Amino acid sequence: MDLTQGTQEEKNNRAKKMMLWFGIISLVMSFAGWTSAFVVSSSRPDWLKDFVLPNAFIISTVVIVLSSISFLLAKNTLKKGNNSMTTVWLFVTLILGVVFIYNQFSGFQQIIDLGYNFTGPTSNVTMSYIYLIAVVHILHVIVGLICLLVVIYNHFKQKYNATKMLGFELAATFWHFIDILWVYLFLFLYFIR
Amino acid sequence: MSAHADTHAHDDDHGHHHKETFVTKYIFSQDHKMIAKQYLITGTIMGVIGVLMSMMFRMQIAWPEQPNVLFEALLGKWAPDGVMDADIYLALVTIHGTIMVFFVLTAGLSGTFSNLLIPLQIGARDMASGFLNMVSYWLFFLSSVIMILSLFLEAGPAAAGWTIYPPLSALPMAQGGSGMGMTMWLVSMAIFIASSLLGSLNYIVTVINLRTKGMSMTRLPLTIWAFFVTAVIGVISFPVLLSAALLLIMDRSFGTSFFLSDIFIQGEVLHYQGGSPVLFEHLFWFLGHPEVYIVLLPALGITSEVIATNSRKPIFGYRAMIASILAIAFLSTIVWGHHMFISGMNPFLGSVFTFTTLLIAIPSAVKAFNYITTLWKGNLQMNPAMLFSIGLVSTFITGGLTGIILGDSALDINVHDTYFVVAHFHLVMGISALYGMFAGIYHWFPKMFGRMLNKNLGYVHFWVTAVCAYGVFFPMHFIGMAGLPRRYYTNSNFPLFDDLANVNVVITIFALIGGVFQIVFLYNFFSSIFYGKKAEQNPWKSNTLEWTTPVKHIHGNWPGEIPHVHRWAYDYSKPGHDNDFVPQNIPLMDGEEELQH
Repeated sequence: MDLTQGTQEEKNNRAKKMMLWFGIISLVMSFAGWTSAFVVSSSRPDWLKDFVLPNAFIISTVVIVLSSISFLLAKNTLKKGNNSMTTVWLFVTLILGVVFIYNQFSGFQQIIDLGYNFTGPTSNVTMSYIYLIAVVHILHVIVGLICLLVVIYNHFKQKYNATKMLGFELAATFWHFIDILWVYLFLFLYFIR
Repeated sequence: MSAHADTHAHDDDHGHHHKETFVTKYIFSQDHKMIAKQYLITGTIMGVIGVLMSMMFRMQIAWPEQPNVLFEALLGKWAPDGVMDADIYLALVTIHGTIMVFFVLTAGLSGTFSNLLIPLQIGARDMASGFLNMVSYWLFFLSSVIMILSLFLEAGPAAAGWTIYPPLSALPMAQGGSGMGMTMWLVSMAIFIASSLLGSLNYIVTVINLRTKGMSMTRLPLTIWAFFVTAVIGVISFPVLLSAALLLIMDRSFGTSFFLSDIFIQGEVLHYQGGSPVLFEHLFWFLGHPEVYIVLLPALGITSEVIATNSRKPIFGYRAMIASILAIAFLSTIVWGHHMFISGMNPFLGSVFTFTTLLIAIPSAVKAFNYITTLWKGNLQMNPAMLFSIGLVSTFITGGLTGIILGDSALDINVHDTYFVVAHFHLVMGISALYGMFAGIYHWFPKMFGRMLNKNLGYVHFWVTAVCAYGVFFPMHFIGMAGLPRRYYTNSNFPLFDDLANVNVVITIFALIGGVFQIVFLYNFFSSIFYGKKAEQNPWKSNTLEWTTPVKHIHGNWPGEIPHVHRWAYDYSKPGHDNDFVPQNIPLMDGEEELQH
């Protein structure tokens, strides 16, 4: 594909999408930083070799995958012009996103019940990493939710249709990224110890 | 997502303008040319501060613990009776490094020239997102302000070295600057990283997507290739520093032990256990080494352009130049361990890092060779930009040679943390990148401000700077090999180093002369903005597209349609043409072959 072709608007839309992709690359690099620090630290004498991830994290993994699917459905219905179904799916995504965050916090509660706080004398570095990584991921989910709210607002204002949905697509891409990121983090924390 | 909000901001139709007020034109401007100027001027101010600091700590090293009126005037309570305090010495070294590496040679260099040249040289109306570009500049401005404000803290600014290794950076009670000073350093750098990422994202997608018709990747000027790859390295490496900084903040403020282990401070046992500062070093240098190339590559790109234009010859080995930029970028991400040979690293791992490090010599040598072969038998136009570019080639080679010594673990261990290292990186990245920046300023000043810099002042500036730069950094190799450690407040307590005291005086004298003579440049720069000779449209008879735009800046860059591109950027002295340059927008003549090496 010759990227020098196309109208100014096509070029600009392409540029915006690509900007998000490169932004995602930089976010991936920051999580690569934390997870590689996790791997390096696992040789520490005080590392917990037998920690168990809280059950709530398994539930939230399912929830966030479902939310990704519902966002996908929202996009498909929008493409078909079925605006009312799009609204439904967008709200399903929103609710699942909130449920995910709630679940993460009940996961933290389960870790605390096991006797590990984030910091202080009752903390352990393994659990500190897990808290930190999960909280930073939650921050990304919150950004995703804000984008989702903007999309819902614009959808109510009838701003999107099958041919004009750049903002919608950007928010969807970011949401799928957050989903895949958590699945990666979950598998990473589950298998690497 | 702000994306849909500003899709309509830059469309095809630039004939009619939005009404511009003073605020939208000069302060919160979204025009890449204005943002470039903002970056340049902020970077220049930061540069003046950074150089002043270096002059002060050089005076302390040359005349240790001697009273000095300058200290008394500038350092206040940090220089009781005019004698510099040891704490502020460390802080000055730290902030000098931070300011020069990040604020001058990253933001000042990339920010200025990527913003100015990317849209102009690829044939675009503006950056992909003018809004994010503006945000990027103002975040940079904010981080600069925070960094400067930290100088006025009661306990002093950060003083853990620009590499902020824990535990000095992780324990607020470790030293004066470890408290609020370090916090402000971290806040400032976090904002800086955000600014740099927004800028880089813009540069990358603009280069990929907004090129004018005919501007294929292999017709891009080498400046654009350099800025593009620099931005990619930035996007990959800066986030890792942010990761490290977040872990550090947790250790500092929330009591975790990511980087800290059992430690006593002032007789008190702290609760930290099990962590290792070496982990921080790994994360830091994963950014830190690519950062060297973030600083250097734009300068190399500028040099390619300036040398080709002023030799009136095509750049030698255009594709080899691109390949070497890509090779340097790739290798830069797998060599960070060479900063840590004495950290107790496994010797086998050390030899792996030695191998990858020495590989960088190959693409670097390709570049140096191509610069020299481009100059060879050229019709050299020795203007100040050209002199600074040739100066860059010189310091790049001198500094690069010592890089081979430092990249080899067996040799590095002997000179680690001595002035040999200081000499090496100042020549190869500090002075080289600074020369690249000066070359860029002398070359594109007419494009930025529509006026010419004074040539004779430029010659004075170059020759004094060149002599002083070597005068400062060449002797440093020898005192480094003699074992003089870097960052020491004074060496007078070590009789071993008494013989080196005079060398340090010589170095400082060169540093003072070189520093003071930058006033010539500053005067030239600021007076030429207002009173310089009016520039013509294409003063250097250059081929690239920026010289086809009108001298007076307009929003959208070209008044009519954007020119189409028909050839590469280096058709200088091409046989069969009347002029010794053929701009990129001139179509090929009948039967003319497109040149490309």
